[in-house]
Amino acid sequence: MADQAREAWITGIGIVSCLGEGPDAHWKALQEARPAADDQTQAPYLIHPVDGLDYDKQIPKKGDQRQMEPWQRIGTYAAGLALESAGVKGNTSILSRMDMIVAAGGGERDQAVDSAIMTGMPKAPEPEAFLNERLTSDLRPTLFLAQLSNLLAGNISIVHGVTGSSRTFMGEESSGVNALRIALARIQAGQSDIGLVGGSYNADRPDLLMLYEFAGHALKAPFAPVWERKDRSGFALGSMGAFLIIEAREHAQARGAVPIARLTATLADNARRQNPGAIKDSLERMWATLPAPLLPDRHVIISGATGAAPATAEERDFLSNHRDVAVRATGTYLGHGVEPQFLMNVALAAVAVNRGELFPPCDTTGVERPFSGSIAQAIVTGVGHWRGEGLALVEAVS
Amino acid sequence: MAAKKDSAGRPVVVVTGMGIVTSLGTGKDENWARLTGGVSGIRNITRFPTDGLRTRFAGTVDFVPLNDWSTPALSERLAQIAAEEALAESGIGIRGDFPGPLFLAVPPIELEWPQRLKLAQVGADGDDTLTYQHALAAARTGQFKSYHERFMFMSVADHLAEQFGTKGSPISLSTACASGATAIQLGVEAIRRGETDAALCIGSDGSVNPEALIRFQLLSALSMSTEPPEQASKPFSKNRDGFVMAEGSAALVLESLDGAKARGAKILGVLEGCGEMTDAFHRTRSSPDGKPIVGCINSAIADAGLSPDDIDHINAHGTSTPENDKMESLGVITVFGERATQIPISSNKSMIGHTLSAAGAIEAVVSLMTLQNQRIPPTINHRVPDPAIPLDVVPNEARDARVTHVISNSFGFGGQNVSLVMGGEPQ
Repeated sequence: MADQAREAWITGIGIVSCLGEGPDAHWKALQEARPAADDQTQAPYLIHPVDGLDYDKQIPKKGDQRQMEPWQRIGTYAAGLALESAGVKGNTSILSRMDMIVAAGGGERDQAVDSAIMTGMPKAPEPEAFLNERLTSDLRPTLFLAQLSNLLAGNISIVHGVTGSSRTFMGEESSGVNALRIALARIQAGQSDIGLVGGSYNADRPDLLMLYEFAGHALKAPFAPVWERKDRSGFALGSMGAFLIIEAREHAQARGAVPIARLTATLADNARRQNPGAIKDSLERMWATLPAPLLPDRHVIISGATGAAPATAEERDFLSNHRDVAVRATGTYLGHGVEPQFLMNVALAAVAVNRGELFPPCDTTGVERPFSGSIAQAIVTGVGHWRGEGLALVEAVS
Repeated sequence: MAAKKDSAGRPVVVVTGMGIVTSLGTGKDENWARLTGGVSGIRNITRFPTDGLRTRFAGTVDFVPLNDWSTPALSERLAQIAAEEALAESGIGIRGDFPGPLFLAVPPIELEWPQRLKLAQVGADGDDTLTYQHALAAARTGQFKSYHERFMFMSVADHLAEQFGTKGSPISLSTACASGATAIQLGVEAIRRGETDAALCIGSDGSVNPEALIRFQLLSALSMSTEPPEQASKPFSKNRDGFVMAEGSAALVLESLDGAKARGAKILGVLEGCGEMTDAFHRTRSSPDGKPIVGCINSAIADAGLSPDDIDHINAHGTSTPENDKMESLGVITVFGERATQIPISSNKSMIGHTLSAAGAIEAVVSLMTLQNQRIPPTINHRVPDPAIPLDVVPNEARDARVTHVISNSFGFGGQNVSLVMGGEPQ
């Protein structure tokens, strides 16, 4: 059998969202407990946009920036922050054996080209020929790569020189859970020493928002925290980038890296959601298999609840079985970034256990309650709006 | 009984079931007969009008009935066909209860033009100029709820996981044209970690639609050959001018050697090694020095515990683009040195076309059939050799040969390079 699993540390965090850039900005905003969403840009829908990133800081060549749609730019930027945070940016000997797993969506459209075709094609004498002609002459050749799922990873390789391996997982929320799960399993088993895991999302897209609105998941104004959307379920999409450096403890120690937190476990499930209670049961099963004892009064739950029905209601049922544990749902502040959401929450959980404290509640329904104790463990939940359940355990390194 | 380990002390990973569907037909027998017969599956596109397109041919799979055609729907159907064949051959588990995870290589999923046009029409509300706001208005009506599930990236893997009863959270992945090989690699790694005794690895692609074709055309990646379609894909030829888009799927049941032996399964071959190395040179072009390709091939051979001298056949990525074939040849010559010109290297894409997300899995299955049959499918359409590629490309006719270890290469946009080393049943 394999030797005992190796310990894995989180040694780098790169996060950007509507709350700002980096762990400190995020923590400060969470402490202030004043969630806000944009009700204008995609009205009547709410989104949480990301503003004010100086892309030149992480993507020095304008030519590279032009080759990317915003989601790739956000992600490549956040990946650079993570590499910097871990102290490995530009370290070619480490980057050349760094294993990258990106959780990606993609599929951004050229809205002007699409609009012209939607308008013109039905009236054209030969509609299909019209479609072929317009796409051939109007599509930017580079758009394909700028919206292609695996090209976020491709851009990170080009811009930051991460070349050990590159894998892109797709599949909405579960892609983020699985990216972290596989990266961790490979490190624990000795198949990898250091990995870059992350994803990004651009919420300011009517074409992508529509995918969720097909099933009525897109949240309309006015804004309410995720637990307070009882009669109006749904999520406000959130732009974000979240990347983590996961590293074998001995590898980190050998290069003198300081751990932010320990990534003890990442579990993933795919409950068949035919019957009420399936999500709750899935979360309970995973909770029961967490590999480390939970310390009384020193563990909290960072919930990835989105506000989607019925997923969030079922997660609430699960949480009510663990009423002794303080809960915080970051989706209230960040919105829902789909693929990177779980990774963002693992990053915030790492920040919380590193600081040993939690931020204030933002909920009047009783799920989130005040907590001022000192924490050492955070359990992160990730419940996909349609499919996919995940759980991670992040611990302070004492 | 001591567990069977490889030279690195890891569980040996074997293949106990394989399934394949391509433009050449359904199933291993049909595909093998046509591959070794030098038959092309490339033909003129009839799925949609090709007026105004520079490339009007592809390796489409049109013989599979499908009600609502879309890329995810066809990719899912092709994956089902391949998986059913692989599971039947393997005999593992019981129907609908596969004892391991699913790793699926699948094209990125997007809403497509028929749906987009319908939405705009329904949401038009008398307006003359239609935009995504009209499509969104249609989405709000709730009439199009089925589009949500169909166009989620997760949908194909989710449906396959449910149908075949795979365990845990299925993984859908993309490493562009290396995706199929990555799916296999993830399965190999999971078994080596001891996480599972079995994995179902599938690559599938049913994405020949107007926009997908035009996108590759705009990148100048496709053949615009004016010869008959079946002659358009001509890997390693001097007059090669691009790849030919194609569809298909392949599925492999991977098991630990111990697990397979314990249940008395027939072992079809061994997944001996996987290698990868990312190219950071350019989004669509390889580093001119070929180092990432060389590193990828070398790491796969090393992972198999072999040396380049042990490899006696190469299943090429061989796309028929001027760039790929030149760089792959350079990589092969660098790794294998003087032996390079003596190792038969064959491109299945000369007959099947480039099945994109499925190619790595399809070519792994063909590699394993090559080992089983000790016969190498040809690179067809090789009429004008490229003097810059001094390799034995098995031109035009299949050949019997002693094959003990095959390496299959997959290289994709975004610097994705994966190689797999496969061998026959272990002694």
